[in-house]
Amino acid sequence: MSGRAVTGTLVDLARLYRAAFRATLAIQLQYRVSLLIWLLGLVIQPVIYLVVWRTVAGAGQVGGYTAADFAAYYLTLMLVNHATFTWIMHEYDWEIRQGNLSAKLLKPAHPMHFHLADNLTYKLLTLSVVLPALGGLSLAFQPRWTLTPAQVGLGALAVILAAALRWLLEYTLALAAFWTSRVSAINQVYFVVLVLTSGQIAPVGLLPGPLRALAEVLPFRLMLAFPIEVLLGRVEGGALVAGFLGQVLWLAGAVVLFRLLWAAGLRRYTAVGA
Amino acid sequence: MRALRLLGLFFWVGLLNELEYRVNFLLQALQTLLSVGTALAGLAVVFQHTRSLGGWEAAELVVLLGVFQTVAGLMGMVIGPSFERLMRDVREGTLDFVLTKPVSAQFLVSIRQVAVWRLADVVVGLALVVTGGLQYGARVGLGQVLLFVLVLAAGVIIVYSFRLILATLTFWVVRVENIMVIFGSLYEAGRLPVSLYPDWLRVVLTFLVPVAFATTVPAEALTGRLTVENLALALVLAVGLFGVASAFWRYGLRHYTGASA
Repeated sequence: MSGRAVTGTLVDLARLYRAAFRATLAIQLQYRVSLLIWLLGLVIQPVIYLVVWRTVAGAGQVGGYTAADFAAYYLTLMLVNHATFTWIMHEYDWEIRQGNLSAKLLKPAHPMHFHLADNLTYKLLTLSVVLPALGGLSLAFQPRWTLTPAQVGLGALAVILAAALRWLLEYTLALAAFWTSRVSAINQVYFVVLVLTSGQIAPVGLLPGPLRALAEVLPFRLMLAFPIEVLLGRVEGGALVAGFLGQVLWLAGAVVLFRLLWAAGLRRYTAVGA
Repeated sequence: MRALRLLGLFFWVGLLNELEYRVNFLLQALQTLLSVGTALAGLAVVFQHTRSLGGWEAAELVVLLGVFQTVAGLMGMVIGPSFERLMRDVREGTLDFVLTKPVSAQFLVSIRQVAVWRLADVVVGLALVVTGGLQYGARVGLGQVLLFVLVLAAGVIIVYSFRLILATLTFWVVRVENIMVIFGSLYEAGRLPVSLYPDWLRVVLTFLVPVAFATTVPAEALTGRLTVENLALALVLAVGLFGVASAFWRYGLRHYTGASA
């Protein structure tokens, strides 16, 4: 079983995703209040930083951002964050400790498909709460958008690549649960680095020297700040090409790393409680 | 006096329980340091681009962050876990054991579960208050410190009363945990002075969910910008809300029917 690749014909996979979609939908609809709570968490953090930067900008501008530009930046961040975030690191820790992964390993497709279907369903469902929230916040914070078709097209591509990169990177990190039961410490450090260097506390251009240099080297900027800036039309020419290239290269690296760690991790896996 | 002794006793029991799992202390310390570190880094980045934020200097915002962390720690250490246990007891009908004890039931359900390691949040929070206050320098007098302690106590009572009202709902609604989590995420907004938020949000954070009184108002007291109106409002609200919450708790308790009784 150890070296099993992501197999199955496309038709099989489509059926698998449809079934997983229906199952997740049925489960999630039972917890409608939880959806609302989760929404608050998604909204409150960007609103805090938006309020800070809007105040700093005042009537003038900071690093090329006016108050209305910051509003556009952080509302877009909410949307991109929704499109790209995963909870796979918590889920793996849980599944491996409880031994739930065993059942998924017996199914005739890679477990990743089930996790991905779960993730996508949840996001489609919660989009029905995120979009109205974005509408309401737009009324409250008056963002300035200037959208061109090219921006939207390139932006969509950047968001898809960002989502794939974040998914694969966090899935790979989640495999640490095969080796240690203290994954939560790793997760916490990971999220702090993510918050500091992905463009959440401030657009990367506004970060002070050393932190900015770190952000340029690490992949997290490509998972959030880059797609946002493409959508806002703030990246052009060489930087645009470099950004997409960075996304593709990190993605390729993550695929290789994932395959290696998956094979090694499965050999270590002895389902607890099985 | 007896109340303090009981609180100390529950803290001791919590400590003895937790000494079995000492790594949890390291994990909690890590979480506290990362959370505070991130917030401080955020402030540092912002103050690269400005000298004051809505009239607040960096040192004053450190004080605010400290107050936020202290109150969050106090709530997470005693009130939060105790109310979680209350909800479980009501669901399972085991609250009888509390009601038969010769102490005020409200007091007992509020303090009997202590998550000792959250003390890290309180310690780091107070350290931030002191650090920020010292940087703020000679402008902090003894009067302001006393006022700060008074208003902080009022803020803690307000948040406690608010959460007691939510917890009491558990006598009618089974899944109150959700409402508690909503309060938790709104409390995050207390990292900033509420005056920075748009009007509608400021009203929500002041009166609907009284975050402002637990964070902004005490920080205002220490940095000498507390108005007489806010002081009066905090004290009146603390006394009033505590009274309302206690009355609601007694009313709710009458709806409790023990499963084992």
